[in-house]
Amino acid sequence: MDYVKLINCMRCGMCLPHCPTYKETFLETASPRGRVALVRKLQEGELVESEKFLEYVSLCLDCQACASACPCGVNAGELVAEFRCESKKEKGLSMMEDLVLRKLVPHPDRLEAATAPLRLYQKTGLQQVVRSLGLLKLFPEALGRMEGLLPKLPDAPLRQTISEVTPAAGKEKGTAGFFLGCVMSLIFSEASLATVQLLSTLGYRVVTPKAQKCCGAPNMLGHDLDGLKEAASFNTDLFDSFDLDFVVTDCGGCGAELKKYGQHLDGERKAEEFSASVRDISEVLFAESEALAAKLKPLPLKVTYHDPCHIAHCQGIRSQPRALIKLIPGIDFRELPEADACCGSAGTYNIEKPEMADLVLSRKVQNVQKTGAEYLVTSNPGCLLQLKKALSEAEPQVRVIHLTELLQMSMNA
Amino acid sequence: MENSFIKALAGIVGAPNTLTDPESLACYGYDSTPELQSRPGAVLLPGSAEEISQVMALCHEAGVRVTPRGSGTNLSGGSISFDAGVVLQTSRLNRILEIDEENLTATVETGVITSALHREVEAKGLFYPPDPGSMNISTMGGNVAENSGGLRGLKYGVTDDYVMGLKTVLADGDLLKTGGKVVKDVAGYNLNQLLVSSEGTLGIFTEITVKLIPKPVAKKTMLVHFPQLEQAALTVSHIIAARIIPATLEFLDRVTIKCVEDYAHVGLPLDVDAVLLIEVDGHPAQVEEDAAGIREICERHHCSFFQTAAGPEEALKLATARRVALSALARMRPTTILEDATVPRSCIAPMVKLIQDTARKYDLLIGTFGHAGDGNLHPTCLTDERNPDEISRAHKAFGEIFEATIAMGGTITGEHGVGVAKKKYLPKLVGESGLRVMRGIKGALDPKGILNPGKIFSLTSD
Ligand SMILES: Cc1cc2nc3c(=O)[nH]c(=O)nc-3n(C[C@H](O)[C@H](O)[C@H](O)COP(=O)(O)OP(=O)(O)OC[C@H]3O[C@@H](n4cnc5c(N)ncnc54)[C@H](O)[C@@H]3O)c2cc1C
Ligand code: SF4
Ligand code: SF4
Repeated sequence: MDYVKLINCMRCGMCLPHCPTYKETFLETASPRGRVALVRKLQEGELVESEKFLEYVSLCLDCQACASACPCGVNAGELVAEFRCESKKEKGLSMMEDLVLRKLVPHPDRLEAATAPLRLYQKTGLQQVVRSLGLLKLFPEALGRMEGLLPKLPDAPLRQTISEVTPAAGKEKGTAGFFLGCVMSLIFSEASLATVQLLSTLGYRVVTPKAQKCCGAPNMLGHDLDGLKEAASFNTDLFDSFDLDFVVTDCGGCGAELKKYGQHLDGERKAEEFSASVRDISEVLFAESEALAAKLKPLPLKVTYHDPCHIAHCQGIRSQPRALIKLIPGIDFRELPEADACCGSAGTYNIEKPEMADLVLSRKVQNVQKTGAEYLVTSNPGCLLQLKKALSEAEPQVRVIHLTELLQMSMNA
Repeated sequence: MENSFIKALAGIVGAPNTLTDPESLACYGYDSTPELQSRPGAVLLPGSAEEISQVMALCHEAGVRVTPRGSGTNLSGGSISFDAGVVLQTSRLNRILEIDEENLTATVETGVITSALHREVEAKGLFYPPDPGSMNISTMGGNVAENSGGLRGLKYGVTDDYVMGLKTVLADGDLLKTGGKVVKDVAGYNLNQLLVSSEGTLGIFTEITVKLIPKPVAKKTMLVHFPQLEQAALTVSHIIAARIIPATLEFLDRVTIKCVEDYAHVGLPLDVDAVLLIEVDGHPAQVEEDAAGIREICERHHCSFFQTAAGPEEALKLATARRVALSALARMRPTTILEDATVPRSCIAPMVKLIQDTARKYDLLIGTFGHAGDGNLHPTCLTDERNPDEISRAHKAFGEIFEATIAMGGTITGEHGVGVAKKKYLPKLVGESGLRVMRGIKGALDPKGILNPGKIFSLTSD
């Protein structure tokens, strides 16, 4: 790991109030500043990789809220993740991690095959199937302990059912490539359909290449750098083979990863260009605000918005989703306190650190309660899963939906 | 530290609140001060004043040293234990106990975060002015112990001006109550004021009562460019001389402007010596009049550009330049040494010039920004701690800068405290008699010298 990145931390503490685990514990060891110090001390030989040490660093959600807050450009979360990767590289992956992160998730076909029984046994044998397949650890933003509350799965993953080309409704403005993402396609296919429909309504021809692979985020988690590079160059080539104006995704996690392909492939020009062409759906829709507004019909709803870490902290997208919600006539938008704090989903975190995940999540739920909103909008599958589960228990009247679903609702109202 | 002693401490605050693993000790061995680092013997997270009192009684008896710590954002090494003693962190004492709208006071536990208090009182239309740059992190206890100031210091004063009452645990565990809600109180020595800025060496605050004021109704923000440093400095003095007291009067020098612009692209000019960020607040009519007066003075001093924010959003944009100053500087090089030299307001121009000359002399990159209205400047040296030669030049440069500050009738710290970082300059500033009085006070309140030892001054002349 780059030592300079560690000593760049001036220990100002600006990151402390933004760190979800610090907010719950007020412990320096559970703060970004503390985590940088821990990793630095390890490198300097003042600490060893003890069990306690690993426990402390594994408490980090990798939500990157600290990076948004740091004046010096230090990214404590990423440094910790890097350390965990390196440590994993030495120790090797567990069989389960190897199976799930390397052999299963990165391959949409296998993943879809593996989840087929899920659909079959949605009501009856669901939990066992989930458990026996190790699906808990399966998704980039894991299902965690919420397998029993998995939303009803669509009949088939969107990747299999969507046509490769969706024509523009009316005059064609351009062509968008659509990157599906595993969890969106598997579980939230309706939201992704809404995404495609919105793009088409706005005059874009949407190309959804069937052959697309996983974005590579799970490879990153499994420290499978080769697999990551493979996914990156495969997807780059694939999308490059179509004549696209830009590539769009409605999954915050995928967007954040796709935007790093250039970096992953060491600045290779094609990958850089691909990364530069990637947009989160909210960026595209925001740019089309005027045209979109003309199509939106009133929805007299109280709505609030949760910033997914991969949208707000990793991609710096904050104002666009809010502006889009406010475009809907009659919407009563209520800002969520601590909107950009992690919901606790964070990959496989909520299985590995259930206690902390629960604390972080219940803070989120309380904040949602404070708004009095009827709809909680967000735009990342991990957050959708986590928040749907939590709110169905605590506030069943609050509906959790993807941004594009809300916009579609207004369009069809 | 002996195991049996740690057990006894854990008996008071609870085992989960007693940290002794090497990882925790490493993480409580620093604060925001560059370069300084140590390792305490144990870290305690007490949950009440009562527990603090018991801890102190125990430590007093055993002669174990105790360093109080809020959020560890101070820049003078004040919350680092250099002698393997106990670090006592106050984060669990974090309740806002009362906002008294009749008496215009707020009473908080010591670990309350400054901005949390702001939020609560402002929701009631009231105002707690002290706003250190660290207010989202720092604790009220830390603010009182360092007598923190902030961007609003010029008009509204610093923490000291708002502390009305304190509850303090003394070195031997006794509880001391000073002041209270009464506005006038001349009974005996002013112990409140003595305790404010004591940097954790005289007692541990557990409860703080502060004065509140009504929230100003209007404000106006201005950003002014000056091609010449002297003109910016003269403007500052003339604004004050014209009896206009802005809430904020901040200064950025050329190096800082360049860094801010490189990093944040807020549209700052690269061809000027200085910019001033000025904010006036109060009654709408007064705000208009003050803003007009300021504009006239700035123009008289040949400002090249004068911008007034149209609304709150633009005001925020203008203030961004100042707010990101430290960020921008900190991104340039790995190690940021931020100092706190404070001079009489009339000396700002010579001081900034001296800082720039000193930087050149020692071949260093120093950017200066700060609270021009208070004469409180933050020369910030951008270095790399892996380069010992550069670091030693930086220390030499700051030595000269502080010498000059004292010669101009200034002080070695306007808001960050002496701690250990500036201990060596204190004797020059306060003289032998100053030290004698301070040592006497310390001896009276903490005869065994167990409270935050080694900070501000040494107990014996050496
Ligand atoms: C980015 C940044 C910006 C800053 N801006 C400003 C600024 O604008 N103005 C300013 O004045 N300072 C500023 N500071 C310095 C610092 O934030 C203040 O000194 C602050 O008051 C420290 O609060 P803390 O809770 O972090 O205390 P700590 O740093 O933990 O402790 C500070 C001192 O107070 C003592 N102490 C803490 N709690 C107690 C207690 N309960 N009882 C007795 N003693 C106690 C400690 O022993 C120590 O000596 C800044 C620092 C940073 C990093
Ligand atoms: S990580 Fe950044 S914000 Fe946090 S203490 Fe270090 S420099 Fe400051
Ligand atoms: S990534 Fe999130 S949890 Fe980890 S240190 Fe940063 S803010 Fe805290």
